[in-house]
Amino acid sequence: MKIGILVSAGPYTHQANDSAYQFAKAALAKGHTVERVFFYHDGVNTANRLTEPPQDDRNVTSRWSSLAAQFKIDLVVCVAAALRRGIKDQILAPGFRISGLGQLIESGMKADRLVVFGD
Amino acid sequence: MVEPVQSKKSGPKKFMLVNRRAPHGTIYALEALEVVLIAATFDQDVSMAFLDDGVYVLVKGQKTTGLEIKNFSPTFRALDDYDVNKLYVERQSLEQRGLDADSLLVPVQVLDAKQLGELMAQQDVVLSF
Repeated sequence: MKIGILVSAGPYTHQANDSAYQFAKAALAKGHTVERVFFYHDGVNTANRLTEPPQDDRNVTSRWSSLAAQFKIDLVVCVAAALRRGIKDQILAPGFRISGLGQLIESGMKADRLVVFGD
Repeated sequence: MVEPVQSKKSGPKKFMLVNRRAPHGTIYALEALEVVLIAATFDQDVSMAFLDDGVYVLVKGQKTTGLEIKNFSPTFRALDDYDVNKLYVERQSLEQRGLDADSLLVPVQVLDAKQLGELMAQQDVVLSF
């Protein structure tokens, strides 16, 4: 199955952001494809490569980057939501790119399921 | 093994944006409107549903000056120009808040929860913020 994912909850505040990652990982392990993950609202903070959680905590940003590199997932950050929060090209973690809401709609058009993770 | 998914017809998909929250306590109502406008430019079959505090999003006479936040509610009057005219409001949510269709700034279809649920089941994509 082709799966699209929308992450609208911010990292470290809401479990939804972690759940999206766990869901993507589980789906890929089952042989499904995840072509794109779209980050919206506070979810755009996920793309910040300056993120530095305590050593005994998971790194939400870098683990998305790793998953994206391994499975060629397109990690897209909503431009308007990103710029509002100071998320710019200079601070994007590997695998993330900034683009428009059209990418979310396209994901909904192409995927068999678009799964939303919000707060 | 993954079971193959029945391939869907090409052409527009049914997108429904679900509003469950009041218009100005969070950014979700504004962002849902943004998604609707973009989805419409992709010629998709777009509708919006309003339930729980989401019914307040459509209430007439909103004034946001004191909040120093843009009043985006007039944009709903422009949705028709984008061929977005399927606005569904859940009856109970309206009634619980002492509102009715006349309290709202655009024409809507007022539906029972069950009818709204059936409509949701027909959608290809449901985005709920």
